Amino acid sequence: MSLVDTLPSSKGKLALVGAGALALWGLAYWVNEWLWDWVMYGVLKLDSANRVVETVHFFVYDFLKIMLLLAGIIFVITFLRSYMSVERTRALLGGKRSGVGNVLAAGLGVITPFCSCSAVPAFIGFVAAGVPVGVTMSFLIASPLVNEIAIGLLLTLFGWQITLLYVVSGLAIAIVAGWVIGKFKPERWVEKFVFETKLHGEAIDPSRGLTIKQRVGIASGEVSTIIRKTWPYLVVGIGLGAIIHGWVPESFFTSVAGKDNLFAVPLVVLLGVPLYSNAAGILPLVESLYGAGLPIGTLLAFMMSVVALSLPELILLKRVLKPQLLGIFVGVTATGIILVGYLFNAIIP
Amino acid sequence: MATLDIKVLGPGCRNCVTLDKATRAAVAELGLDASIEKVEDYAQIASYNIMSTPGLVIDGTVVSSGRVPSPSEIKDLLLAAQA
Repeated sequence: MSLVDTLPSSKGKLALVGAGALALWGLAYWVNEWLWDWVMYGVLKLDSANRVVETVHFFVYDFLKIMLLLAGIIFVITFLRSYMSVERTRALLGGKRSGVGNVLAAGLGVITPFCSCSAVPAFIGFVAAGVPVGVTMSFLIASPLVNEIAIGLLLTLFGWQITLLYVVSGLAIAIVAGWVIGKFKPERWVEKFVFETKLHGEAIDPSRGLTIKQRVGIASGEVSTIIRKTWPYLVVGIGLGAIIHGWVPESFFTSVAGKDNLFAVPLVVLLGVPLYSNAAGILPLVESLYGAGLPIGTLLAFMMSVVALSLPELILLKRVLKPQLLGIFVGVTATGIILVGYLFNAIIP
Repeated sequence: MATLDIKVLGPGCRNCVTLDKATRAAVAELGLDASIEKVEDYAQIASYNIMSTPGLVIDGTVVSSGRVPSPSEIKDLLLAAQA
């Protein structure tokens, strides 16, 4: 964060630094296209027909590309999101009933900056302020499931149609799951202390009163936090992708988990529960598996399960939710994800 | 000069640890007389009306939540509370 203290405070100079950073980013993205051709085939005189050489080439190119995309997308989105906060979302949700409340909560879940490590304080804050449990769950499901960074990556890697389907179906899952949970009278399965929590003092809204420089600081801090947290996943994901790209025949995956195998979708959803990563970490692997011929519905179901149903988050939520409610949450969300997987497989050739 | 009562609210995520360290560093650098406590209990954290961690509380007032302020900001917050 100390880097941010060195930034100029005047808006004009700050804009200049921003323009410089953008130009550098664009240059790096552009250079990446031919840098590796030049290094590997030009300077090192490696044989481009050799499969090992080609695999390494694919890896370094793709790794740098995804890193640059991630850094750019995370910066822009975190900057924009610094104008939104969980506190503001709670104020907007106050007094909303189930139904309208679920729709609003899911939508706000997408744009509100939120870390799953804050799931418990946010849950208490919502419920203690009178937001219904089902509506709160719509927010908590949508927040990791429909992730803006995933939206940015999907747009650049897969195009707008698949991105749109992802957003709409993710929202639908969050809305319906929260609404269904609300029908079970879930208040009886919430730990008592949540309702007994007295909120002292005015909530301070972290999105207000920040200077542009502070927002830039938050955004660049987030870029370094996520990159540091995600790069091992990227090495594994892109590494597997490079190996699949060069060595595994397409028929292998399509025969194991193609559209004809009806068990593939539920199986990948199950596989996704113990795995935990954010959408940014899992998407490069999804891209390479897609390139290897796996159907998109199965892959999106896998990704949704990895991000929305995770053991660490379930363990956190266990502090405030009784097992019955946790079970309903997992069951309803998993069912939604499986249905979306089948739907995508059916409508996308 | 009264002792500052500082609480860092956070269940132990990365940002909470960062804020705890940064606050201790700022207090040491300014040579303030302060007691620093890390609050990890969810019910207690929520009772400060905080929904995104980490939070920084000085003398019972929440001065920051949902982000890690920069070291110079933390110093400003401490000095403001001291005055």
